[in-house]
Amino acid sequence: MQLTNRAKKLEQKPLTFAESIYLPAIAQGLGITLKHFFSKKATIQYPEEKRPFSPIFRGLHVLKLDEQGRERCTACGLCAVACPAEAITMIAGERQKGEENLYREEKYAVKYEINMLRCIFCGLCEEACPKAAIFLQSDKMAPVFTERDQVIYGKDRLVEDINNRANTGIQKFISEAEMTPKLR
Amino acid sequence: MELALIIKIIVIVVIFSITLLIATYSTYAERKVAAWIQDRSGPNRAGPFGLLQPIADAGKMFFKEEFIPAHSNKWLFIAGPALAMLTALMSSAVIPFGKSIMVGENYYPLVGIDVNIGVLYIFGLVSLGVYGIMVGGWASNNKFSLLGALRAASQNISYELAMGLSMVAVLMMYGTLSLTEITLKQTGFNWTIIYQPLGFIIFLVCAFAECNRTPFDLPECETELVGGYHTEYSSMKLGFYLFSEYINMFVSSALMATLYFGGYNYPGWHYVYSIVTEHFGHATGHNVYVLIGTSVFFAKILFGIFFFMWVRWTLPRFRYDQLMDLGWKGLIPTAIFNIVLTGSAILAQDYFQFKGIYFAIYYGGVFLLIIGGILWSFLNYKKKIVLVKA
Repeated sequence: MQLTNRAKKLEQKPLTFAESIYLPAIAQGLGITLKHFFSKKATIQYPEEKRPFSPIFRGLHVLKLDEQGRERCTACGLCAVACPAEAITMIAGERQKGEENLYREEKYAVKYEINMLRCIFCGLCEEACPKAAIFLQSDKMAPVFTERDQVIYGKDRLVEDINNRANTGIQKFISEAEMTPKLR
Repeated sequence: MELALIIKIIVIVVIFSITLLIATYSTYAERKVAAWIQDRSGPNRAGPFGLLQPIADAGKMFFKEEFIPAHSNKWLFIAGPALAMLTALMSSAVIPFGKSIMVGENYYPLVGIDVNIGVLYIFGLVSLGVYGIMVGGWASNNKFSLLGALRAASQNISYELAMGLSMVAVLMMYGTLSLTEITLKQTGFNWTIIYQPLGFIIFLVCAFAECNRTPFDLPECETELVGGYHTEYSSMKLGFYLFSEYINMFVSSALMATLYFGGYNYPGWHYVYSIVTEHFGHATGHNVYVLIGTSVFFAKILFGIFFFMWVRWTLPRFRYDQLMDLGWKGLIPTAIFNIVLTGSAILAQDYFQFKGIYFAIYYGGVFLLIIGGILWSFLNYKKKIVLVKA
């Protein structure tokens, strides 16, 4: 029944003989499939080959050190407040007399933990940090864990190695020395 | 123990193990062929090129929990997959894998059992195969399994009719039910396919339906009936059902190769025989020649198995009513027409004593069928107008 006058009229013809026996169409389909059988495959063999990440990929977190090897993080808590998933917790502490070469300012993070199961890798902590301390690396991802207690990353797994500085995305094109004047 | 008995036992054990081996690696080949057609590479982690994948699959099946549903008939539940496997394996016994090998002074044929009713035996086993599905569906105590089993059983019996009718045409040509005799008569390039292409197409379609392979895999697709008749099965019993499908594929390919493609015969066998007997001497040369024939047979079977997989990833599934229409209204009349055509062609050939008459009548009949079909579709031509809301 026609409700509007915009309805289209279609002709539906019955099948021709060649269509009704299906065989010519099957043969054509078999040809297409065979062509795909011999074509180049789109699979890459992970983990031997990997597809490259973009330079602004948000991967595993890292707490950076400045060019003298001192931790930049001052446990101000802005990253914890910014985190939408409440994954970051920290305990602040006062820098003692002999620890000047370890921490930049008088306040430092005694304990800094990120719960990797809560983290959504959004990068808001990186945007919020005033000391350019926390970054999300663009070449590493959080590795697979097998136990629940491996999931909370402490400072031992987050602070970068002084000899093997981490790639921090677009920031990696700026050297450590250039970075220091930008700190507030 | 006599030498004949020992050789027979060796032949049977070898045929049995080759059947199982080919079925096992069919599962691997299925995944690889499916992957290559879909522009990806298949399993390649379990051993070099993924060749140990079937063992991993078997191990997985073995370690799963075996359970039997409550309120089900325990013996029938176990008997279902056992029946399916039994009939699948038994049908590989009558296929001639090669001509007779010569040991000492006697010839020993490379068949499991050398009966002269090979075709009838296979046909009987195919009919028994319906039991495996039906029993499995009933014993699951699950209405959906029962419906799936009913559909599978009805599909099976519809298509075995057309299969039998196309085999009747082959029988008329050779006058014997014995598969070894049929293969012996197809020497060189004198294969049945050039005499009966229509019968081959019918047999091919029915082989797909008997093995529950796409496009006729309604009984076992997950989207239609959850799992169909093997919903409630797990672990080794499910493994048996799936494995019996691959064995059925192997046996169907072997039967097609035997009936229509000349089995172990190939063109140029005279030349190969003379070279091999010259090189190796009479006795060993004969055996080498027979083994070459067997490897040609296996090449045909492996191509048949590849064809099953190739079609699976090309065609969509038939709906149940389309399936039944095709079986009863499409294939059986065509098979009967094929029998009539073959009969008249053979009679004319015998009367006129001229081989060309057979081809003239048979191919003329097929041509007339095609013309008749085209005319029929012209007569049925009517335009249907369908309104579509814009």
